[in-house]
Amino acid sequence: MPDRVPTPGNQPADEEELRPEDAMERAASGGIQAESALATAAALEGGPSEYQASLWKDAWRQLRKKPLFLIASSLLIVFILMALFPGLFTDQDPRACDLANSAGKPQEGHWFGFDIQGCDYFTRVVYGTRVSLIIGLLVIGVDVVIAIILGSIAGYYGGFWDGFIARIADIWFALPTVLGGIVFLNALGERGLLQVSFVLIFLQWPTLTRLMRSSVLSGKEMDYVQAARALGASDWRIMRSHILPNGIAPVIVYGTIAVGIIISAEAALSFLGVGLQLPAISWGLMISAAQNRILIHPHLLLFPALFLSILVLSFIILGDALRDALDPRLR
Amino acid sequence: MGRFIARRLLQAIPVFFGATFIVFTMVYAIPGDPIRALNGERPISASAQQALRDRYNLDDTLLVQYGKYVGGIFRGDFGETFRGRPVAEILKEKFPVTARLALGAFIFEVILGLIAGILAGLRRGSFLDNLVLVSTTVVVAIPVFVLGFVAQLVFGLQLRLLPIAGIQHGWVSYVLPSMVLGSLALVYIARLTRTSLVENLRSDYIRTAEAKGLSRPRVVGRHALRNSLIPVVTYMGVDFGTLMGGAIITEGIFNIPGIGREVFLAIQSQEGAVVVGVVTAGILIFILMNMIVDVLYAVLDPRIRLA
Repeated sequence: MPDRVPTPGNQPADEEELRPEDAMERAASGGIQAESALATAAALEGGPSEYQASLWKDAWRQLRKKPLFLIASSLLIVFILMALFPGLFTDQDPRACDLANSAGKPQEGHWFGFDIQGCDYFTRVVYGTRVSLIIGLLVIGVDVVIAIILGSIAGYYGGFWDGFIARIADIWFALPTVLGGIVFLNALGERGLLQVSFVLIFLQWPTLTRLMRSSVLSGKEMDYVQAARALGASDWRIMRSHILPNGIAPVIVYGTIAVGIIISAEAALSFLGVGLQLPAISWGLMISAAQNRILIHPHLLLFPALFLSILVLSFIILGDALRDALDPRLR
Repeated sequence: MGRFIARRLLQAIPVFFGATFIVFTMVYAIPGDPIRALNGERPISASAQQALRDRYNLDDTLLVQYGKYVGGIFRGDFGETFRGRPVAEILKEKFPVTARLALGAFIFEVILGLIAGILAGLRRGSFLDNLVLVSTTVVVAIPVFVLGFVAQLVFGLQLRLLPIAGIQHGWVSYVLPSMVLGSLALVYIARLTRTSLVENLRSDYIRTAEAKGLSRPRVVGRHALRNSLIPVVTYMGVDFGTLMGGAIITEGIFNIPGIGREVFLAIQSQEGAVVVGVVTAGILIFILMNMIVDVLYAVLDPRIRLA
């Protein structure tokens, strides 16, 4: 991993980070800006539920015009298809191997060559997408749910529960992802997809929870929340329909980037030998197997590494684009 | 100031005990009989089993076991290898090599990161700015171990510029691994410097300094940059954890005989005690570093210590 990444919440001046083309965008979107300002103003008058719709609708209108967003999301769609239906991309069996082809160079019909066991490498790389995507999405999915629950309690009620959750998060925060991952996974005898995900869920939750907490904390002070309270709305209602829809945006943004970070961390742990174990088909394991042969068979390293990097990059670009689109203040 | 430091130290105590307790329970207190696992197929005598149980305090309750484990850490006892060599000794022996690698990475990331961040921040929206943003995004996406192998392939094997393994060539051997190890932090330092510089250049005191007629280099160097570096300094504390995780991978790839490679080899030979001992030491150093950086932050930024 990128191990600990400065997030929009825990670094003071981080709001504006990671925006490759903001200047261009700003110059080009004078018209859109005025339009979205009008939409926001109209939505504010219309009440909270319409505001929520228009925040995301507005974001979508922004996103659709961004080439980087379109490229990243089409790449992700391809990766998701690969994970769901690898048969669409290759008609071969990743475990049907012929030792006669051992470490064969890329050639016609087998564009990525063969691995050391003589399996078609393209097929192996395609099938490797599945575990990476599942672990990335599962870990962040669970962590976002944890973050919403714990972050809302800590941010909204404050006091004892806030302190309690913050102390526990501090303790987990003291365990860097790779180091913590090594210690925990090393202790587990059998390491499959669930075990690796479980450990990564535990190591990643404090970041997202802190982000949610600070987001709820600032949302709580908004005038429309005060107004709702004055009208006698219950805590649950205020949280569900006023604070959450606005407060969740930074969590979604960082969560998207974090999916990439988790995928990268899983590959690193598998590469080190404490992640997934053979016969699982994983990019980290493929790179690990290739490491002693990079001089003679560089293709064994390059293809899984390329897929891994492109998948991580797609999530990072998607997160960046979402951040630009979801935060009207940045426009 | 004194009160801030005292409060920060007090906060570190539960973190220390909490983190070591988590590591302890995960590693030593998993269900099952470790001695029977150690035996394998051949049963060993009851007296030998009892000797092992005594040696590893297995008959104590969980809390007493944990107490003895933490006591050991305080005395610098991080366990021992299968051959009976103390892990603390390995740490002491291999430390200089890792320190040199980390120092190289640190110099690389700070110098290049600051230059890139300042250049990008001063000319926001320029070609250079976009170049820095795009290239850093790409570097973040490439995992450290992939970067290591690609660097070996390109600089070592294709261009034959730099040694790719071992440390027998003196300081030149550290160049490539240091660059790989520092690459991730380089990105964050560049990004943070840029963002924070852009923010500060917009502030009132910069306008005042310019209105006073100060030269541009003076305004940027003495006024804007000084404040902009505060978040960068704090990042370096967090970065320490990344650096240690990265060192395990980098030293393994480049065959650098430091602490990281020791962990790398211990994982491969399944010597759990070394892995846990070294990594626990790393986590403790990480907690300590973060505390120091927090105090440093308060020294640099009065808003924090007065809050």
